[in-house]
Amino acid sequence: MMLIECPWCGPRNETEYGYGGEAHVAYPADPSALNDNEWAKYLFYRKNPKGLFAERWVHSAGCRRWFNAVRDTVTYEFKAVYKPDEPQPIKTTNAPAQGGTK
Amino acid sequence: MAEQVLTEISVLRTSPLAHLQSALEQGAVQGDRGVSVSEIAFMTQIGLRAEPGTAAHVALAAATGVGLPAAVGQVAGDANGTAVLWSGPDEFLLVAPDGTEFLDDLLSALGQEPGQVVDLSANRTVIELSGPSARAVLEKGCPADLHPRSFTKGTAITTVLGPVPVLLWKSAEDTFRLLPRASFADYTARWLLDAMAEFASAPID
Repeated sequence: MMLIECPWCGPRNETEYGYGGEAHVAYPADPSALNDNEWAKYLFYRKNPKGLFAERWVHSAGCRRWFNAVRDTVTYEFKAVYKPDEPQPIKTTNAPAQGGTK
Repeated sequence: MAEQVLTEISVLRTSPLAHLQSALEQGAVQGDRGVSVSEIAFMTQIGLRAEPGTAAHVALAAATGVGLPAAVGQVAGDANGTAVLWSGPDEFLLVAPDGTEFLDDLLSALGQEPGQVVDLSANRTVIELSGPSARAVLEKGCPADLHPRSFTKGTAITTVLGPVPVLLWKSAEDTFRLLPRASFADYTARWLLDAMAEFASAPID
């Protein structure tokens, strides 16, 4: 059993959560200008680093809210959780783009 | 043939656990390790949504008469009258005894402000589990911390019991109310009856 801290509900069992993949994947500024290759890259290509990784999680059995987490993919340890409108507390290789946190 | 007009349709209601009524009564365990389960049918439930800090939130808090809970676990009001449970940062569930007319007051209080007032009375049923062993029964399948130091009387959280998502509400000492969706009520009640069975025997050290 692993406890994950929800920014709204506090620590809860991992079974209450759903995983949402890599966080901070920016929506293309002009989607219609993308070719198929670039669109596929946006939709399907995700980073898979060893170490700290910013991810999206949803507390599906609790408050049903999405939030971001920095997790160490080697140890599974959650280093930080933050709401979507909060700045990333720990730097990761997939950090949000300058000027935005989405 | 005389025309029959049914004006009071509430007599046609069937609660989600009506068919298990006698099983729930027979499943009760007496004594020091006692625990019993029953259904509180047809409670009025109204889903409320309003962002804290907005006019809608202020208006709804005033209209409920007991305010709105501010953070996870909190319950505004009390279990015998009107209570409002926290189910998300901008989402609340008002629970009141059967027959309580609240919807129109809340709808007019919300007005045109951004928010939501929805009658959810048929969405969930209320199962009450009480007795000295109630917490031990729940801890077989609920991963949340139910120790009295953190889960005190008057606390409610959204969690799971086994595979079933429930609202778990400690309405009094040794009394828990579970609110599963109506379609999960049968499973939840049978799960509880199974979990309660061992407490009829003496503990094995």
